[in-house]
Amino acid sequence: MSAAPQKAKAGAEKIAVTVSAVVPLNDLVTRFEFKRTDGADFPPFSAGAHTVVEMRDGERTRLNPYSLMSDPADRSIYAISVRRDDQGRGGSLFLHQKVKVGDTMTLTYPVNLFPLDLRAKKHVFFAGGIGITPFMAMIAQLEQSNGNWELHYACRTETLGTYADELADHHPNKVHIYYDDQSQAIPLEELLDGQPLGTHIYVCGPAGMIDWVHNTASALGWPEENVHSEEFLAPQPGKPFEVRLCQSDITIQVGEHESLLEAMERCGVDAPFLCRGGACGQCETDVVEADGEFIHRDHWLDDEEHASGKKIMPCVSRFVGKTLVLDR
Amino acid sequence: MTIQFNKETFRDDYSFRNSDWAIKRFPFPFHEDSYMYSVNMEQHRGGPEGSVYEKRFDVDEHYLSEMQDRAMVLAEDPLRCQSLPHMTLAGWDTLELIMVSKSEDYPDLFELHRDGNRWRWVNKPMGIDHTFTFLDDTTLPCGPLEYITRQTQGDFAVLDQRDDMLWMDAGMVTTQADWSLDFDIGMNFFEWHAPVPLAHEMGIFKRALKFLLNVQQGAPARRLNWTMTVNPLLDTSPENYHKWGIQKTTLTPENIGAKQHLRVELQTFFRLPRSNALLFPIRCYLIAFQDIVTVPKWGRRLHRVIRDLPEELATYKGFIANRPMMLDYLSKYDDGLETSLGVWPDLETEPPLEK
Repeated sequence: MSAAPQKAKAGAEKIAVTVSAVVPLNDLVTRFEFKRTDGADFPPFSAGAHTVVEMRDGERTRLNPYSLMSDPADRSIYAISVRRDDQGRGGSLFLHQKVKVGDTMTLTYPVNLFPLDLRAKKHVFFAGGIGITPFMAMIAQLEQSNGNWELHYACRTETLGTYADELADHHPNKVHIYYDDQSQAIPLEELLDGQPLGTHIYVCGPAGMIDWVHNTASALGWPEENVHSEEFLAPQPGKPFEVRLCQSDITIQVGEHESLLEAMERCGVDAPFLCRGGACGQCETDVVEADGEFIHRDHWLDDEEHASGKKIMPCVSRFVGKTLVLDR
Repeated sequence: MTIQFNKETFRDDYSFRNSDWAIKRFPFPFHEDSYMYSVNMEQHRGGPEGSVYEKRFDVDEHYLSEMQDRAMVLAEDPLRCQSLPHMTLAGWDTLELIMVSKSEDYPDLFELHRDGNRWRWVNKPMGIDHTFTFLDDTTLPCGPLEYITRQTQGDFAVLDQRDDMLWMDAGMVTTQADWSLDFDIGMNFFEWHAPVPLAHEMGIFKRALKFLLNVQQGAPARRLNWTMTVNPLLDTSPENYHKWGIQKTTLTPENIGAKQHLRVELQTFFRLPRSNALLFPIRCYLIAFQDIVTVPKWGRRLHRVIRDLPEELATYKGFIANRPMMLDYLSKYDDGLETSLGVWPDLETEPPLEK
């Protein structure tokens, strides 16, 4: 129709924020709270949503997704809790080491790839470690609407049990904590047996835990529509490679420690993205020509598409070989 | 801007009329001299001043009469508004979005005063001044979706998003182009589009779904759709087909200019923040053929589009039988001159009719 032609910019809409609190929770996890720099309220969000935090680290712009873990009913702040990853690509280290109260940063509008199924008669949450964050917002939302929920939360040790005490104090009958170092384990099969009809289960944690919950539920006959999970992948380093972008008419180099998407952005290509973690599908790119091996790491394309060599998700996937030409 | 609201009907004596203002701002849907399906989405972030694209929810001279017509439809058939139990939060989302948008976009017509969850809503044209508690259903006379859409032009489908799919789980549908909420409620995106010809084979719906699943908070989108309606009927529902279907046989060469209307839907898409559902407002605009042809460019173009439209589409849109009579009428307004690209009337730059 072209009433007013506009080209959409990649990524979700942005909000300028000021860091209002930095709260270390234990040796590994720190909470960061943000206020809007313009003093207005934040947009409401649905529990399970994430925001992409833009970090200006010297010359480099880092964009990392984090679950919003503040109470969705409180529009005065957005909060994230970040686990420091000493072996990671540096985003969490930057937040832990460089970000101070009063700093200005940019967040995206909330995007929800892990929503509550509001039809559920009961919600059962399984969290592993820092995977607790989306459930903090879900619990706050369900408490306001008198929702039926319970949480099973596996932590390494008592000192690393982020929010474990707080949750257990507030909801003693709904929260169950399991400490690895005390050889406690979530009795998954037992818990999945005998839940009321219309129960939905949600898991957020390490990949192994997510697979365990999916596989166990499936073996017990749970419909897959009732089992929800969220796993953000961090791009993994890999051998540098060269890519030809035919629409942009440039050839770019992807470095060892950057993703293909980041390399495109560094070279000024406005490539679409949302989650930057292989889950949302927004950055899906057509392969024009390839002579080599793809290293697909996303959750978006199916096995057939991975095998076809015709598509790649540049936020997390890489390539090893002689020639790669993309339609971008 | 002050709007003069028309006193008019969309039934019985059909006193509906477009003023010159409404004709010039009509959302003419054809940007070139031919038409084929496309996803044709763009961002819904305003548009030229005075156009129907400018505000998030356009209010025009037909507002009060359309709301009256909606109330009559609902009185006869309450199932035109439905909301499955899990969609109440999405109803509140819809109420919030519309109240905030209208009070910001039309401060002279609507006011919203918020003190925590204590909200006061003032709708001056409809004479409503109501204080209620946000998110507390017991403080409204009906559900939040019904409450606000009885005060807002256009139909509303509220789509739940689950398992990478959209579900028609709530809505207010009284001005529809021959589809039924009561029939579609609970269906998924492919199911409710099943009757549309050609588009499935073209992969249109797969692409459209992918786009819609990714409509994000703060970044609404829009597109136009169109069909034909004999007499300015808002309620062309399957439920009432026995009343309006037969009117398609009343066209004559003498009355076609006044009776035959182009029906355009401005469809918009908003991600709802609290429920993560997708709000799909479908706003219907009607214009008589005799009013369209007062814009020379639109007269020329409409003739060419209708003439060259594939038979399946003319059948699906329900005017295959009347097409020859429509073409006889419209051909008088097509002198074969070139038309400028784009949807705008271009009254100053396009030549007058040369025949």
